[in-house]
Amino acid sequence: MIEIRFHGRGGQGAVTAASLLAKAAGLDGKYAQAFPAFGVERRGAPVRAFCRISERKITLRSQIYSPDFIVVLDDTLLGLPEITEGLKKDSVAVINTKSRPQLKQKTFCYDATSLALEMLGKDIVNTAMLGVFAKASGLVSISSIEKAIEENFPPRLAEVNAKLVRTAYERTE
Amino acid sequence: MTVPKTVLEGSEAVAEAVRQCKPGVIAAYPITPQTHVVETLARMIADGELDAEMIRVESEQSAMAACIGSQATGVRSYTATASQGLALMHEILFIASGMRLPIVMTVANRSLSAPLNIWNDQQDSIASRDSGWIQLYVEDAQEAYDTHIQAFRIAEEIHNPVMVCMDGFVVSHTYENVLIEEDSKVSEFLPEYKPLFSLNPKKPVTMGALGTPEYFVRFRKQQQDTLKKALETISKANEEFAKAFSRKYGNGLIETIGMEGAKHAIITMGSVTGTIREVAEEAGVGIIRVRSFRPFPAEEIRKACEGLESVGVIEKDISIGASGALYDEARSALYSLKNRPKVSGFIAGIGGRDITPSHILEIAKKIKEGEERTEWVM
Repeated sequence: MIEIRFHGRGGQGAVTAASLLAKAAGLDGKYAQAFPAFGVERRGAPVRAFCRISERKITLRSQIYSPDFIVVLDDTLLGLPEITEGLKKDSVAVINTKSRPQLKQKTFCYDATSLALEMLGKDIVNTAMLGVFAKASGLVSISSIEKAIEENFPPRLAEVNAKLVRTAYERTE
Repeated sequence: MTVPKTVLEGSEAVAEAVRQCKPGVIAAYPITPQTHVVETLARMIADGELDAEMIRVESEQSAMAACIGSQATGVRSYTATASQGLALMHEILFIASGMRLPIVMTVANRSLSAPLNIWNDQQDSIASRDSGWIQLYVEDAQEAYDTHIQAFRIAEEIHNPVMVCMDGFVVSHTYENVLIEEDSKVSEFLPEYKPLFSLNPKKPVTMGALGTPEYFVRFRKQQQDTLKKALETISKANEEFAKAFSRKYGNGLIETIGMEGAKHAIITMGSVTGTIREVAEEAGVGIIRVRSFRPFPAEEIRKACEGLESVGVIEKDISIGASGALYDEARSALYSLKNRPKVSGFIAGIGGRDITPSHILEIAKKIKEGEERTEWVM
């Protein structure tokens, strides 16, 4: 079982990203579970969301304390201790940033903000970061993420977000 | 079983089940964490996927009153609530069950104020346990979906309302793989609702009349007899469901996991069972999951505990001033066993406190010590 923790700010779509990832994993024929860190949602406040992916049925219900991956949608959160809390030596960080943050763990950095501004005209990076995550982790197929977006977004938004996620996927190294 | 490719939020899965059961009336008032169920149903009605009247009432008390009215005219009726909403409904719960109206209600379990808390525990439905409603507690989204389909059938077969209790957020707001069955298969499983009596101006009847003492006591006794009989009805619905859909949940009343040769066990309800499953083997305990809290399956629990050295009850409620409700009832069920196991109680997950595998391992250690006590997992 692989555990993924998303970090973002209220309004950035961390919860949607986690649920889309779970839906994509389901389309890939895997078991998945996604849920927010239940709380009182406020725009701009740090939020967390969780996703588990497994070949076997997932019954564990607790929050994720020691993730295999973190996905950080907003690099202004990086100073918070909760971002790196519980990370293992071999955990992997996937971060939306222009800079090169120094983490002990293997880190994938991508400037999803610039790409989202260019393609969506808005600083909403949750879908783009799924493309980055798909490349960095190899856990879900990019076609399933595209399909999950198509099935869950209104048509016009679906089209541009599917393009965005594919572009982010292809540009991630 | 192949992996269900559809990943849905627990609330959406419940809404799918309700849509397939075709209620004619849905009356509800929004409250967290039940909201997504009724929101999804409202969308389904607006999109023409469900032909039902959505009554947007001014309170939960009115929601249940409206369901009573519509169900009394012979229309399948549904509502959903949680926490303060269920508390506000309390008075009307007894009227629905006393009038023997087979209403189905989802409770997305949440704590009761004060202090204000929107998170999950099971205090709300436990506080309604004496209301004459059947209470079924589910573990995950698939079971929430399946149990709603069974609930309409159980309710209508014995003319008694059913509450399906799913942990708020932990099930209601969590996305999981769920298999949604064909509409036609659900219709086959759930026959059309045919009430024994209904309100009809062409053939007037009185419902909910004054019950003088000599009649009132008979009504109450009938409710008690009905709920005792419901043990069989719930088991049968579970069996019939398994025949139709190839899924079942223990004997419908309790589910036992890893109990063969077990010396110790955890008795519990709802979604925390999943977390216990993760570590039960390592912890050296079996699991007895209570699915039907009302009616209470005392005999089944007794049988499952025969020969055990100790059991521990993990529950998300507290009858303040006494013990956990499940603890008291499980312990009382075991009283007549010749060599009864030691029973300890653990109040956990209150107001949304996370229950982790390490909590379970710690609890298992204490259970094995065999001391009869109640502890809080803070």
